[in-house]
Amino acid sequence: MGEGKKDLISINDLTKSDIYYFIETAKEFKKISLKDIKKVPTLRGKTVVNLFYEPSTRTRSSFEIAQKRLSADSLNISIPQSSVTKGESLKDTILNLESMKPDAFVIRHHESGAPYFISKITKASTINAGDGINEHPTQCLLDIMTIMEEKKDIASLKVAIIGDIYHSRVARSDIYGLSKLGAEIYLYGPYSLLPQFQYSQNVKIASSMEEAVKNADVIIMLRIQKERASYYFIPSIEEYRNFFKLTQNLLSLASKDVMVLHPGPVNRDVEIAGSIINENKTHILKQVENGVAVRMACLYILLGVQKN
Amino acid sequence: MQKIIIKNGIVVDPITKTEIKRDIYIENGVMKDFSCKKTIEDVETLDVNGLVVLPGLIDMHVHLREPGFEYKENIKSGMEAAIAGGFTSICCMPNTNPPNDSKSVNSFLLNRAKSINLINLFTVGAISKDLNGSSLSNIGELKESGAVAISDDGNPVDDSSLMARALLYAKTFDLPVISHSEDIKLRGKGVMNEGVVSQRLGVVGIPAIAEEIAVARDVALAKYYDARLHIAHVSTKGSVNIIRQAKKEGVSLTCETCPHYFTLSEDSLLNYNTNAKMNPPLRTKEDVIAVKEALLDGTIDVIASDHAPHTEDEKDTTLNDAPFGIIGLQTSLPLTLKLYNEKKLTLTDVARLMSLNPAKILNLGNRGAIKNGFAGDITIVDINKKWTFTKDKIKSLSKNSPFINMDFVGLPLYVIVNANLINAN
Amino acid sequence: MVSSGDFKKLDKILLFDNLATNNILNDFIDSVLKAIETQVRRSSKQQGSTSGFNNTIIIGIKEGGVPLADLIRQSIKSRFKIDCEIGYIDMTLYRDDPFSIKKPIKSTELPFNIENKDVILVDDVISSGRTVRAAIDEIFDFGRPKSIRLAVFIDKGGRELPICPNFIGKKIKAGKDGMIHVDILSKEKRVDKIIKK
Repeated sequence: MGEGKKDLISINDLTKSDIYYFIETAKEFKKISLKDIKKVPTLRGKTVVNLFYEPSTRTRSSFEIAQKRLSADSLNISIPQSSVTKGESLKDTILNLESMKPDAFVIRHHESGAPYFISKITKASTINAGDGINEHPTQCLLDIMTIMEEKKDIASLKVAIIGDIYHSRVARSDIYGLSKLGAEIYLYGPYSLLPQFQYSQNVKIASSMEEAVKNADVIIMLRIQKERASYYFIPSIEEYRNFFKLTQNLLSLASKDVMVLHPGPVNRDVEIAGSIINENKTHILKQVENGVAVRMACLYILLGVQKN
Repeated sequence: MQKIIIKNGIVVDPITKTEIKRDIYIENGVMKDFSCKKTIEDVETLDVNGLVVLPGLIDMHVHLREPGFEYKENIKSGMEAAIAGGFTSICCMPNTNPPNDSKSVNSFLLNRAKSINLINLFTVGAISKDLNGSSLSNIGELKESGAVAISDDGNPVDDSSLMARALLYAKTFDLPVISHSEDIKLRGKGVMNEGVVSQRLGVVGIPAIAEEIAVARDVALAKYYDARLHIAHVSTKGSVNIIRQAKKEGVSLTCETCPHYFTLSEDSLLNYNTNAKMNPPLRTKEDVIAVKEALLDGTIDVIASDHAPHTEDEKDTTLNDAPFGIIGLQTSLPLTLKLYNEKKLTLTDVARLMSLNPAKILNLGNRGAIKNGFAGDITIVDINKKWTFTKDKIKSLSKNSPFINMDFVGLPLYVIVNANLINAN
Repeated sequence: MVSSGDFKKLDKILLFDNLATNNILNDFIDSVLKAIETQVRRSSKQQGSTSGFNNTIIIGIKEGGVPLADLIRQSIKSRFKIDCEIGYIDMTLYRDDPFSIKKPIKSTELPFNIENKDVILVDDVISSGRTVRAAIDEIFDFGRPKSIRLAVFIDKGGRELPICPNFIGKKIKAGKDGMIHVDILSKEKRVDKIIKK
């Protein structure tokens, strides 16, 4: 890690070797979760504030467990987003919490750039747990970890990312992280949900579901939200499933030992056929397991940075 | 100060297109010929040797926030900022609270300005009642009480039929309609230009076409109804092209741009800089070039600041949460003088874009030129003065500028307005 | 962390050459084995079997304790024909020193049940005793051993905690900034004292 990097805001801020360092560290932490006493005293006396402006079950519990296993003290604050009543400003909230001397903020926010904003006003480490449609760096790291457990080298892989790319912070972080490690990425979805501008040379737009999944080593399916229909991004969930669902047939076009990932929560039989999940052809639960380890690694690495 | 002679200045006149060293004489706030007179009694003399004398600058697009948002700006602080920026006249947009959609608000504004007695204030009334975009405000009454144009600036008129009627009805009263041309549905929740930078930052973008579609619509309406239209804050290459073409076809059309659109690109928003967030948003480098070209070839008639004060607290948040707008009164002339220093614009062009054309478009009487019988509004500029726009120099109540700590060459030193000589800087 | 490049800037003083190191090592292992011998005898008397052999676990503290632990295990095997379980412990996550001094984590490998076992904890050098404290804490997170005994090759003094090794290869005085480097893996075994310039 570069000197003094106290925050994890964007995958773009990490070098290739930073990413590997996170993954290597996470591998060690994964072992702690397999012990009888799933706890080490490493972060004893450290206070971590989990500040969630958006509902989240998975990410939030994953971070919480990670903190508990490292013996950190957690403070959980949910501030449900409301466009009608505007309470305290984000800055004031952070400054007030800052006075209680936390060592880290874990932020989930509905606005892109909120964790970046927070990292500029606090001395504590800031970890982005998902901001708007921008990024979800720990999800990217756990995806990379999950892939590396089976594929060893990311560089030559064909990775298909399918669904609502435009609104997906997971997709964006995965695109940055996986392309940095040299994967060849194919994006697919309706054009209304695809990025408008090119990311980099090794990120391509597929012209069909078939092209996207054909010989793919990894398929990352994204969650489609029902609300997208009301802003005309898609006509309806019913239509979406007819054209953009990963089916058994499509899956058979992929490479023999393809890995199917999904950041969850899954809409069964909307973006992915339920039977694919039931037959254990996905790595969704592995992702969740690795999520705890990756978050432990993040806390360990970032909280260890010497502060001035 | 009833009589004043300004000696030895380089006098720039956009009508005769001259930049010559000569003296001018102002009596009771009006420019007078004095060459035939041998002696004038009780006259004050201001020697401005080496300085440039421009017709008093006019900013036709300013938000003064009074009434309703006096914590951001008020008429007096806005005027002080205008003076520091070299302006002798400013026009305030109607999106206050209550909005300027009636005689009472309009009269309030003009009376306030009169009691402050610094520079000229002209008012722009609302197109629609309460800026609601659904029914016309009392446009005749607004005109009668002194409004010089109508606009729903900030709240683009979405309903094409309302826009059509506004153009026609205002035509009756010879009032120009100033359009904030933007397709609000296409803007959606956008916070900056839709492009590689918005994609990089992961924020929703406002596509250039949201502006261009609305410009095309408004131009088509003006053409069809043969009505006077002024497009506010043009920011894209596409808009410029539409306007250039329409002007060729003889549409009674004028437009303005703001200094930031020919100075900065969307790159200024990297790092989520909320002080570079305004609407229309900063566009691509290609758009910046196109806007500059349009200034040179006359497609764009006016440079206006779109001075939009918001407090530091309001801007000290996420890019999504921060309000649109930047202050501009004090940087408008200096940024325009950058184009002069780059030899793109002449001083005559500057006088035309920042004084003569706004005066013509808004029918501001005898203003905008150095001519006998014209109002004695003068801006005196040291065009060689090197200075830095530091935060402590800001006269506005709000400090939301992306130009803080920028170096400039050229600074207004005095303005003369309503028979008063005022130190600008 | 000391990287290989940094070594050039350091003063390296040879304390024990190959021969001396070998002698200390032999005596050290002997003392450990003798203790186990008595333990083995005692337990076989009690239970009338050789089950006591199986009750001993060797745990090396990473990285310095690893080759020593392996060596002790080898010696037990050749003398008693017993395969002791062996594990390795990395106590990075249990450190008590300022957390900002970051070290890469290495694996703790204790792939067996340590409940009720007799543990021999092995490290190459002891000074403050804090590493041993952390290692013991970590062991307890894996279960409750019957006993823990500590075997350390070099005791350079300067204890800050009430920790006393059961077996010591050699006591020396190195001073506060003197680092002891034990190398028993190379063909020419040696112990060096390294002083930061």
